[in-house]
Amino acid sequence: MPAGTLYRGREGMWSWVAHRVTGVLIFFFLFVHVLDTALVRVSPEAYDTVVATYKTPIVALLEYGLVAAILFHALNGLRVIAVDFWVKGARYQKQMLWTVVALWVVLMIGAIYPVLGHAARELFGS
Amino acid sequence: MSTTESTASGIGPVEGASLYTVDNPAPLIEAPRARTKKTPKSTRGNFEMVAWLFMRLSGVVLVVLVIGHLLIQLVLDGGVSKIGFAFVAGRWASPFWQVWDLAMLWLAMLHGGNGLRTVINDYAERPNTRLWLKGLLYTATVFTILLGTLVIFTFDPNIR
Ligand code: HEM
Repeated sequence: MPAGTLYRGREGMWSWVAHRVTGVLIFFFLFVHVLDTALVRVSPEAYDTVVATYKTPIVALLEYGLVAAILFHALNGLRVIAVDFWVKGARYQKQMLWTVVALWVVLMIGAIYPVLGHAARELFGS
Repeated sequence: MSTTESTASGIGPVEGASLYTVDNPAPLIEAPRARTKKTPKSTRGNFEMVAWLFMRLSGVVLVVLVIGHLLIQLVLDGGVSKIGFAFVAGRWASPFWQVWDLAMLWLAMLHGGNGLRTVINDYAERPNTRLWLKGLLYTATVFTILLGTLVIFTFDPNIR
């Protein structure tokens, strides 16, 4: 086990693991995302060709996963900030985590239609 | 004085009599870390503290920038289906969205880059591995920031 990574388990540890995994994931996505956007400097056709692949059902599913990662990281990031700066933050860290999870579930349900709707229409006809 | 005598605090009495009294106080020993005019300036900066603070400040700003970005790109007006060169041209015609995207690019890359630095520090143990991973990370981060900035500033809607 690498030094300094032993932790005490339960909500505190698992939220930290999820925050770290989502953070790294988002970084790698952002790297690729800047590259694909840079294609607007090559030609409108190059850009539109690549973006067309983003409109396929498989990529729509990946997009839904990306939204899940970003929403969790953003909400839990606000929780981490509250733990650090709010006097009672540490005492309520568990309650705040479950608030984060609840909000995340609601937002993810709300994202189903906007993010996956076009893929469903393509797969099952409209 | 008996050494078995019990005290209210649970701490046993100190053996031997004190050398000092109110009239004969112990010499004052200066704190070893007290800063004086002659103390040299610290050679270490506050880099890690500034980085820690930056993660939190940039995080708050990124919530607004990123959630707004997701709403515009993936939710409103038909979601991803509407995106194409024409859509990009329409958005970057406005300086407001140029500044928005520029701020989002810089903050997210610096925030994510610093976050990955922490991750490398945690898991890569051999000095050589750390050096190479960080070298790769810093190169990729600087490259992405510069490329993105260039694209936002030199975007040409009439390229064709
Ligand atoms: C959307 C708003 C965001 C918020 C509120 C946020 C918040 C935070 C906070 C507070 C930390 C520090 C955690 C700690 O010190 O324990 C952090 C870490 C991190 N963030 Fe973000 N972040 C956001 C967006 C992003 C983005 C866009 C990326 C990727 C480009 C990212 C990548 C990371 C990484 C890699 C870490 C390090 C994780 C670790 O050390 O375990 N974050 N984030």
